[in-house]
Amino acid sequence: MVEAAAFYILAALILGFGALVITAKSTVHSVLFLVADFLCVAALYVTLQAQFLAVIQVMVYAGGIVVLYLFVVMLVNLKRPPEAHSDPRRRGRLGFVMAVAVLAELVAIFAVGWAKPATAAGALSPNNVEQIGRALYTDYLIPFELASILLLVAMIGAIILAKREL
Amino acid sequence: MVETAIVPLIMIVIVLVAVLVTVMYIVLLERKVQAWVQVRLGPMRVGPHGTLQPLADVLKLFVKEDITPARADKWVFTAAPIIVLVPALIAFAVIPFGRDLTLFGITIPGRIADVNVGLLYIISVASIGIYGIILGGWASNSKYPLLASLRSSAQLISYEIAVTMTLVTVIMLAGTLSMVGIVDAQLSKGWWFGFMQPVAFFIYFIGGLAETNRAPFDLPEAEQELVAGFHTEYSGMRFAFYFLAEYANMIVVSSVATTLFLGGWLAPFPNVAWLSFLGFVPGWAWFMLKTFGFLYVFLWVRATLPRYRYDQLMRLGWKWLIPLAILNVVVTGLLKVLV
Repeated sequence: MVEAAAFYILAALILGFGALVITAKSTVHSVLFLVADFLCVAALYVTLQAQFLAVIQVMVYAGGIVVLYLFVVMLVNLKRPPEAHSDPRRRGRLGFVMAVAVLAELVAIFAVGWAKPATAAGALSPNNVEQIGRALYTDYLIPFELASILLLVAMIGAIILAKREL
Repeated sequence: MVETAIVPLIMIVIVLVAVLVTVMYIVLLERKVQAWVQVRLGPMRVGPHGTLQPLADVLKLFVKEDITPARADKWVFTAAPIIVLVPALIAFAVIPFGRDLTLFGITIPGRIADVNVGLLYIISVASIGIYGIILGGWASNSKYPLLASLRSSAQLISYEIAVTMTLVTVIMLAGTLSMVGIVDAQLSKGWWFGFMQPVAFFIYFIGGLAETNRAPFDLPEAEQELVAGFHTEYSGMRFAFYFLAEYANMIVVSSVATTLFLGGWLAPFPNVAWLSFLGFVPGWAWFMLKTFGFLYVFLWVRATLPRYRYDQLMRLGWKWLIPLAILNVVVTGLLKVLV
């Protein structure tokens, strides 16, 4: 009962903040609503008893990635670009068509049954970190190593793009 | 009912009041310590030897005029001091202050909450606190605060990496992320982790100085003596929040250092049996003693060392502390496997 209430309140907050992200007039406000969004997602993880994932969400996403977004947004200081087309409602109409297409796709995925919610395995043990660690280093070792190579490539790419001279 | 709801509530109130009073008196202590180092006396007028000075400061900040710059972003301008203060205060929720007491049949735990990822919780709320600094500078709609806030937050996120690496070595030694578990691990191993991990302690201390914008890493703040820092446009209570948050962050860093490296609420030499009479001093007294010792070193360093230039600061963080911290993790891992 409490979990259901918590889920619905958090879901409403997440969707609300998400809507505010795309409709905010100032880009910095957009980014701040994104932070609030991520904090609510972390709260959702806590209701699912994945506390490690929740603090990692806050630490990495809200506290690391979005901080760097905010740097870029504040320094670049974009204004809304002037409309490229003469019909101002074109964007709204295109957006509506795309939204309907995505919704149809989602309904189709659930109807065919490709995305089934996983059977709940009962309460997670409090040893979140140990479970995740074991899974990462045994079952999911190769994806883990590949992800770290991906990050290394991204880092080298960023350094090469941003360097003055090597 | 009493144990799950009322005891934590009372503890929260006690901890918050204690932290706020401590912050006020740390400000006074800093002025006094700097004064004595500089062979003068510091505040002496208000109260005996200036001990009521913090009350005068608080009163002054309350009644000052609250100025908002003309084209500042009002919502963000108001929210930034709150965003920087709240994480500094909620980090105290997982710090273990002492042993569990049992009064009148009710167990009073030695901390507000025992989260199984307590240490990561503290790191994550600290990274949220950075927003208050960035937004404070940006919302002031003024060039110098913006640049100062960007410098300060860049410094913070750089030293956060080195600090987190040192915490990783402590986690490796303790085998758990829970703060209570880390103190218990020090009790069971019989050694404070500061002795087992001196390099990590050293790096944590330097990183802690940089994380709280304290000397010798206080160029983003000291700019306000030269030009302006990120809180230049804030006045009255808003500035008080920033001030409070900085000193509360100092206390958080000291408390975490005490818990992780100095044995938390344990007496010195917990492995030596004939010194167990030291256990008669309550745990929270040892905790406060160690935290204040650490804080005193912060104040001492501020009074002693000259300030780093910004590029020297960043070079120190990225080229020296992070490789050293990573090397420490590797060596600790090797020793754990081989020894």
